[in-house]
Amino acid sequence: MTAPSKPKKTVPKRTATGRVDGPTAEMYRDWLRQMLLIRRFEEKAGEAYSLGKVGGFCHLYIGQEAVAVGSLAALRKDDYITCSYREHGHALARGISAKRCMAELFGKAAVTSGGKGASMHCFDASLGFLGGHGIVGGHIPLTTGMAFAAKYRNTDQVAVCYFGEAAVNNGAFHEALNMAALWKLPAIYICENNRYGMGTALERASAVYDISERARIYDMAKEAVDGQDVLTVYEAMCRAVKRAREEKAPTLLEIRTYRFMGHSMSDPIHGHYRTKDEVEEQRLRDPIRVWLEHLTAEKLLQDAEAKAMDAAAITESEEAFVFADAAPEPEPGELYTDVYAPVNGVR
Amino acid sequence: MAVITYRDALNQALREEMHHDTSVFLMGEEVAVYQGAYKVSRGLLDEFGPMRVVDTPITELGFAGLGVGAAMVGLKPVIEFMTWNFALLAIDQIVNSAAKMRYMSGGQVPMSIVFRGPGGSALQLGAQHSQSFESWYAHIPGLKVVMPATPADAKGLLKAAIRDPDPVVFIEGEMLYNTKGEVPDGEHIVPIGKADIKRAGRDVTIICHSKTVPIALKAAEQLAADDVDAEVIDLRTIRPLDVPTILASVAKTHRCVVAEEGWHFCGIGAQVVDEIQKAIFDDLDAPVLRVTGADVPMPYNKHLEKASKVDVAKIIAAVNTVCYRS
Amino acid sequence: MATQVVMEALSPTMEEGRLVEWKKQPGDSIVVGDVLAEVETDKAVMELVARVGGVLLGHLVPAGTIVPTAEGVAWIGAAGDVMPGAVARAVTSDAPLAAGAGATNAVIAASAAPTSGVVATDLVGAGSAPPAAIVASTPATAGALPMTAASSALKASPLARKMATEQGLDLRAIAGTGPDGRIIQRDIEAALAGGTAPRLSASTPAPAPAAPARRITTDGPGYEDVPLSQIRKTIAARLVQSIGPIPTFYLTADVDMERVAELRALLPPEPKVTSNDIILKSVANALAQHPECNAWWQGEHGTIRRWHEVHLAVAVAIEEGLITPVIRHADRLSLREIATASRDLVARAKARKLSPAEYTGSTFSVSNLGMLGIDEFTAIINPPEAGILAIGRIEPKPVVYDGTVQVRRRLRITLSCDHRVIDGAVGARFLQTLVRMLENPLALVW
Repeated sequence: MTAPSKPKKTVPKRTATGRVDGPTAEMYRDWLRQMLLIRRFEEKAGEAYSLGKVGGFCHLYIGQEAVAVGSLAALRKDDYITCSYREHGHALARGISAKRCMAELFGKAAVTSGGKGASMHCFDASLGFLGGHGIVGGHIPLTTGMAFAAKYRNTDQVAVCYFGEAAVNNGAFHEALNMAALWKLPAIYICENNRYGMGTALERASAVYDISERARIYDMAKEAVDGQDVLTVYEAMCRAVKRAREEKAPTLLEIRTYRFMGHSMSDPIHGHYRTKDEVEEQRLRDPIRVWLEHLTAEKLLQDAEAKAMDAAAITESEEAFVFADAAPEPEPGELYTDVYAPVNGVR
Repeated sequence: MAVITYRDALNQALREEMHHDTSVFLMGEEVAVYQGAYKVSRGLLDEFGPMRVVDTPITELGFAGLGVGAAMVGLKPVIEFMTWNFALLAIDQIVNSAAKMRYMSGGQVPMSIVFRGPGGSALQLGAQHSQSFESWYAHIPGLKVVMPATPADAKGLLKAAIRDPDPVVFIEGEMLYNTKGEVPDGEHIVPIGKADIKRAGRDVTIICHSKTVPIALKAAEQLAADDVDAEVIDLRTIRPLDVPTILASVAKTHRCVVAEEGWHFCGIGAQVVDEIQKAIFDDLDAPVLRVTGADVPMPYNKHLEKASKVDVAKIIAAVNTVCYRS
Repeated sequence: MATQVVMEALSPTMEEGRLVEWKKQPGDSIVVGDVLAEVETDKAVMELVARVGGVLLGHLVPAGTIVPTAEGVAWIGAAGDVMPGAVARAVTSDAPLAAGAGATNAVIAASAAPTSGVVATDLVGAGSAPPAAIVASTPATAGALPMTAASSALKASPLARKMATEQGLDLRAIAGTGPDGRIIQRDIEAALAGGTAPRLSASTPAPAPAAPARRITTDGPGYEDVPLSQIRKTIAARLVQSIGPIPTFYLTADVDMERVAELRALLPPEPKVTSNDIILKSVANALAQHPECNAWWQGEHGTIRRWHEVHLAVAVAIEEGLITPVIRHADRLSLREIATASRDLVARAKARKLSPAEYTGSTFSVSNLGMLGIDEFTAIINPPEAGILAIGRIEPKPVVYDGTVQVRRRLRITLSCDHRVIDGAVGARFLQTLVRMLENPLALVW
């Protein structure tokens, strides 16, 4: 069993310009903007939950922002995405507005899932954002199916699946990846390894610690990268996307990250299963801080701009809260709509 | 009108629908090269190629989920389970994904998928290969459950199921594959949600589905010779249940027996009886009786198995009871 | 723990009873069903029966006391128990009645107002009777039956209940052929069709069709309710104004009773058959042939109930007044049976020992004052019946007979008719039949 990698204390030097297919400076700044929005939104969502505005389950993405932002930046609008229940960050990064996302968390009508899905089941079919799924690992075969559809239709679309490291011991994971490799489907299976499946550390759940190693048994392409550096994530994702579009071959992409909050709102930050020291140490590699330091070092961003970005993110999150709070509840009749397809136009 | 087997009727339905709509594909174990474990998909691989008739590993959860994912982006998968016993492995995808996707997404995501395969018992296959699960699926809002008993209904209902925008659990009868019947020529589609009066009668209504339909019809013949005129209703669709047809019949005959292959507790008959007693209580001359399989795992031994199953004598006995004939 | 014995409502109208005589004394061992005391009600002397077993701990009232219903009269407990003070206990209208002297009859009490129209289930020869009798809770309308407290003990399928309500049938008068005596569709159909074999039961052969003019049923309620026609309604409305509540008219006939006397002489001496018995039998048979005269006025429901069963009330003078014991199914009893029944009923009427079932539910009444020297009289109709026959004195008189003047035994009978139900010609035809029977007693076997 290999030991977890120690957090790095420095960021490798990179240049923004001079790469033929590389991202632009504007994109870099935009990534920071997105990560800040996700961070402030999630903090607001947490606050909303403790005020009783959000009920049920609420799983926050704080600490993992770079994974969603970096990977989604490499996709096209017509690609397909499925996520687990820890999906707010992905929803925002994909383009669902903070207002609509917050309103869905509040269970209000006429937004994304109409209040019927909430935190775990955000959908926006127009953006190819296909949930939000609650059963651990249950959605992985769905992505295989979407990749199958792309191949069936002979398009170069890519289907991407986000799941945690605790899902990889699930039968669904195995079955889904086997078929994707067997039939050569354009799927990317992104394992956001935040080292804890709820309260169980990875080393207590998996016989083999290195998640990406599992790809070997399917003869599937694989990578394991540092998830706290958004550029690293982006580049790894680009490689996987290229493989999917051009070779129609799947990839298992393990992205090593860390969540700073508990598993969900009912889980403490530390204490039961991880120490305060560990959390503090990981915070040194907060992806926002990492990226901010990089942009500053590369002179791509001024301090004042960064502050303005953060302020904007805070404002946007607060406005989302207000919007969601004021948004109307679904009509009682909505209880029975969309159980089945509309008949003669009637839901 | 041609007389063909139930199996061939299904084959025709698949072929016709795959021609009709190129987004329809068939996936399951042994469906392609092997021509189907029960030969339902015979010849389809040659006709449509390996992208549309797909052999899978033994991976029910995986390929059921694959089907659901493909349906979410607009394809129309027909997912075959070799038998519905094995679908237990896939039930998370059927129930938590397929049945709920439309609702959870506020109507955004399509789910036009058919899960099909043979259900119920055959001969001496033992406890794990002989189960009837229609109650399980009929319980779930978001699913439709269809069970044809005749070749004509098999063809017409499978076509309807494939065209239906909702997820359909399509349970065939293994022991019915060889039965023959008339199937109308041309485009033959049977609406989902409509029961069929297979035999009109006046004295008692026998409500049944799938394998109990031929048994009920035989019982009705014998009863007729004994001056009891039984009306036999084939439910055809379990969910949504055709309550008006059931009520009209029992209001007319005043006596009812509900037969099903599955276990007694919380079987389909329990729902049928509830619909009857709450709507037309005052039209009943006797309590509604149910005839079901024995409440045991299916034994292997031939005689024990036979004793556990619904048969003509059991239906006749129930009819005699509700008709107050000793 | 001791149980109180209370004064029970032994007839539906009873509000108090006089405890005539204690049959059990303190210290006596009591078994359920034992007669504890004789109680005089407003109608008859009834028996107060023990409902629990044990030892009679003591009397709360001495013999001769008048006790309101529901008040305590005694205590039964275990040996050695102390008798508590008397406590009034509420008795619901569903409280079972003490069984009458003939414990094989289930007792169904009708309200004093005869318009209740509830007829006792005919359980003569029915075998074991339920230990607790059934009380009809104030049946306000004769037609509405299935939902009374009595019928809640009845088993009937929902369909049978519905059909009974629609047809105005008394479920209690219908035998159920389902399990536990459940009344089912075919039982209702049989009741309506009057004995035709139900279609479902191929094993029961259809009975031979009855003679067209006369129909006797053993199953079913034995009557049909005929809706009032417009003519009927008009007659009823107008005649009521002229003559009072019941527009009555009277038909008198002069009957030759020689052949009746001959018949009497031919009969064996025991049981003794009187002329009145023969008259009763003739009336019963004639009524069976003329159901329009064997009927009840049910104008408030818009119907006339034509009975196919004949239950004759015989007026009996008793010390306190008048009581009318009923000979049930008089048309189906033999002369001998009528004589026996009549004598028994009259004796018990005089002894005030009739049960309510025995003095209610008649379809026609007969009153005989001949033995008191009355030549002829007009009797008053007993509503809801439509007719009553007044019998005068049989007396030898000179009459023209076969062309010559002879002295023959003659009798004048007067039929009182409720014109709302019976028209002149209808009544006359009945009387004709009756006279013919009396003058040709052989017609009794017709």
